[in-house]
Amino acid sequence: MTKRILIVEDEDSIVASLEFLMQRKGFQTLVARDGISALECLATFRPDLVVLDVMLPGKSGHEVCRSLRTAPLHRDIPVVMLTAKGGIEDADEGMNSGADEYVVKPFSTRDLLARVTSLLAARDPR
Amino acid sequence: MFKGWVIAVASLAYIGLLFAIAYYADRRADQGRSIIANPYFYSLSLAVYATAWTFYGSVGRAASDGVGFLPIYLGPTLMIVLWWFVVRKMIRITKLNRITSLADFISSRYGKSALLGGLVTVIAVVGILPYISLQLKAISTSFQILLQYPEMVIPRKSSAVAAMQDTAFFITLLLVFFTVIFGTRHLDAAERHEGMVAAIAFESLVKLVSFTVVGLFVTFGVFNGFGDLFSRAQADALIAPLLSPFGGPAVSYANWAWLTVLSMLAIIFLPRQFQVAVIENVDEKHLRKAVWLFPAYMLAINIFVLPIALGGLLSLPHTNIDADTFVLILPMAFKHEGVALFAFVGGLSAATGMVIFETIALSTMVCNDLVMPLLLRLKALRLAERSDLSWLLLMIRRAAIVIILFLGYIYYLVAGEAYALVSIGLVSFAAVAQFAPVALGGMYWKGGTREGALTGLLAGFVVWGYTLVLPALAKSGWLPNELIEYGPFGMTLLKPVELFGLSGLDQITHAMIWSMIANIGCYVGVSLFSRQSAFEHSQATMFVEVFTQTGEPGHVWRGRVSASALQTLLGRFLGPARAAELFSTYARDRGLASADELNADAMLVQFAERQLAGAIGAASARTMVATIMQEEPLGIDEVMNIIDETSQVIAYSHRLETQQQELQQVTNSLQAANRRLQEVDRMKDDFISTVTHELRTPLTSIRACSEILADNPDLDLHERQRFLVLIIKESERLTRLINQVLDLAKLESGLAEWHNEALDLREVVNEAINATTPLFNGRGITLDMHLPDAAMTVQGDRDRIMQVLLNLLSNAAKFCATAAGEVEVRLILEGSNVRVSISDNGIGIDSADQELIFEKFRQAGDTPKAKPQGTGLGLPICRQIIGHLGGRLWVESRLGYGSVFSFVLPVNPADAETGISP
Repeated sequence: MTKRILIVEDEDSIVASLEFLMQRKGFQTLVARDGISALECLATFRPDLVVLDVMLPGKSGHEVCRSLRTAPLHRDIPVVMLTAKGGIEDADEGMNSGADEYVVKPFSTRDLLARVTSLLAARDPR
Repeated sequence: MFKGWVIAVASLAYIGLLFAIAYYADRRADQGRSIIANPYFYSLSLAVYATAWTFYGSVGRAASDGVGFLPIYLGPTLMIVLWWFVVRKMIRITKLNRITSLADFISSRYGKSALLGGLVTVIAVVGILPYISLQLKAISTSFQILLQYPEMVIPRKSSAVAAMQDTAFFITLLLVFFTVIFGTRHLDAAERHEGMVAAIAFESLVKLVSFTVVGLFVTFGVFNGFGDLFSRAQADALIAPLLSPFGGPAVSYANWAWLTVLSMLAIIFLPRQFQVAVIENVDEKHLRKAVWLFPAYMLAINIFVLPIALGGLLSLPHTNIDADTFVLILPMAFKHEGVALFAFVGGLSAATGMVIFETIALSTMVCNDLVMPLLLRLKALRLAERSDLSWLLLMIRRAAIVIILFLGYIYYLVAGEAYALVSIGLVSFAAVAQFAPVALGGMYWKGGTREGALTGLLAGFVVWGYTLVLPALAKSGWLPNELIEYGPFGMTLLKPVELFGLSGLDQITHAMIWSMIANIGCYVGVSLFSRQSAFEHSQATMFVEVFTQTGEPGHVWRGRVSASALQTLLGRFLGPARAAELFSTYARDRGLASADELNADAMLVQFAERQLAGAIGAASARTMVATIMQEEPLGIDEVMNIIDETSQVIAYSHRLETQQQELQQVTNSLQAANRRLQEVDRMKDDFISTVTHELRTPLTSIRACSEILADNPDLDLHERQRFLVLIIKESERLTRLINQVLDLAKLESGLAEWHNEALDLREVVNEAINATTPLFNGRGITLDMHLPDAAMTVQGDRDRIMQVLLNLLSNAAKFCATAAGEVEVRLILEGSNVRVSISDNGIGIDSADQELIFEKFRQAGDTPKAKPQGTGLGLPICRQIIGHLGGRLWVESRLGYGSVFSFVLPVNPADAETGISP
């Protein structure tokens, strides 16, 4: 079954790359450009994984992640957090808000893909 | 029926109780555990102001004048407001100089003048004696009235005079006994009489409770409360006029005002009030509580005055009962022996309290300011050569007590029936009011001189005698009545009650006006035309500036004397043992082993003089010290030098204070600068972290796109093209960002190069519009421009202004809705400024964001729908540029209705002068 990836990112150029990378891997993608619409499309799109940017207009990535972790239906969805900052505190905050992986911009596309696939595999042992 | 012995036993028992209280308080004081060292005792002792005159006389006055009795109590209530300033200063001066009485106080101020002290003493004694005899009269009259119970008989001179005189005599004896025992325990009159103060405080309580009991009895026992009493009084045609606001027809406004002033002065300058308020004060802080406690007491003791007076008039109409006796007679009339006896005790306590303290105060004055200076001057007595004079001092003081009290008694025998109670009190008040100008003037005006004080006091005293005492003597039949009717030698202008034709006033008001004019006039006038001696000048400074001075007061003695001579001198007045004790304490305080090591320096001389002053008064003390030392008198010039030095020190300390304030200001501004620096540092950190973040985003895209291209060689041309375009766009964004960061850094640091020249702003605007027209056309936005015909010249860098215009125009294009967009450019002259505005009908800017957008990396409308484009540095750069050119850039906008960005630049100064205007 095709895995569904929700991409939450507001920079068009990065969205273009992420979309291409995920679709190339055979995943189905949906793009949300801010935190609120990301949370809205959880129920309909039912993603298997979320790629989440931290710096979002309105609701930040951390807030989105925390909301997601408290929603009963979606709390198990793996989250890969993208951030432009690289400080230790940011990593801590990312982990505290419940992200499974933490990828610092500018990231290596291979590294990102590897983490996404391993997270999906861990969730689905088949 | 009261037996005489019942009343006698009650009186004796009451006075016995006073003895016990005084004895206990004195013993506690000796043990160092004072019971009176608290503000309550202080406030209660002040209430010695309320005498038998209050207790009986107020009701008498209320019965004739309605509320006309009130000024006597309003005055003190008003005056106490000023106590913190006036009496506290008196206390400070008194304690520092070990002043023993009011006479001592005034004489000290004017160069320790014995003559002045003597004059004050004479005025006080002459003025107060009638007041004392009044108290004795009150006691014996009330005793006799009570003795007649249940008959209500006002004793007449003819019938009961012998018995009354006996009563008064025994009362006098008893008071002499009490006063001598508790009033002369210490030789040092500057020390406090704790036992007496405790007794007086107790007496104040007793008279208040007693008066209140009678008041309650009349109001609620005889009548049915205040309402009943007052409505019945209102209904009585004879009594109703008393209830008018200013109390009866006889009372005028002038009378009210002067009585109030008179009692304001009396509360300070009655010798007994000075004694309890100043000499007996334990702690200046007690004034704070007294300031409201004492008025509260005054209020409490006055509440029932009017009810008792009205009650008496209503219950005992058409009798010849004297209203002064209502307090006692009313309980008798309704057969309440207990209340009547208690009323008698209350009156007794009011009278004895006054007599005891007045006598103490007067005897101290008589001894220290009248008798001792005289005795010490009488060479024939060779007193200065005696070795121990302490016995003499005590003897004089005791004799003074006996003499004053018996003078009071004799006065009562001779003149006791001459006046009504109230007028005697007022005559005394007017006498002591004469002290006010010299005492108050001396405390606040350095210019008052000894000569001024002497003439002022004397003049006031003479006028007082002429306008108040003379008429009284005449009324008593001792002087021909023609003197009053037609004036001396038939000169009507000199009529004692209508002096210089001043008529239409009551006697007290008339006397106060003339005596105060004479007193103050002479005091000020003579002071202005006479010169102070050097010593007097230093005393004056010490009095006026007592709060600003530090250290020991006194003046500079320059002379030679030995310490042992000083000790011997002290020993003669205080007793050798006491003198030795004082000297060894003084030596110990200075770290010396014994008094033998003491040097007779100025400090020691002052110390000895002050100790002596406590015993024999300031003037005598100075005389005595002078006899044993060869003083080189201090010239006025030398004193002036000392004062100059002092003022230099003061000026220096002022400078230090100013410098300290300046330092504080510098510290404050440094702290503020430091806070600003920290803020700037934080902003710099923020800036760097924001810049890095802004750099990371394009970098991420470039890296991701490049990796995609590298990892996917099989991509079709279209896809490949797409990622390449992204890489180029992001690279451009990166470049722009770096350029703008550098540009802003240059502008902010002032390193940017400016090529300023006179520009016609129309040309620059035109050029900018031409450059951006394709942008507008491409988005389907209409662009209007309104440029004036005349040239608009400003000073500026063409490229920089162009940069601003391009930025603002492209912003307008960016935020306008495509197709329906309208942008308008205006250029107008506004006074001495040229204004450029660029308005659009785009999304607008929320008012909260309107200042934010000029900050670095802050963009408005971070909304989900439209992520703003650009680096977030454009507007901050524009603002820097316009600001540098002396102009201003701002925005006016409403969310949803578009925005207007405007900037003004000053018109080129050269053109402004030639007056170019549209």
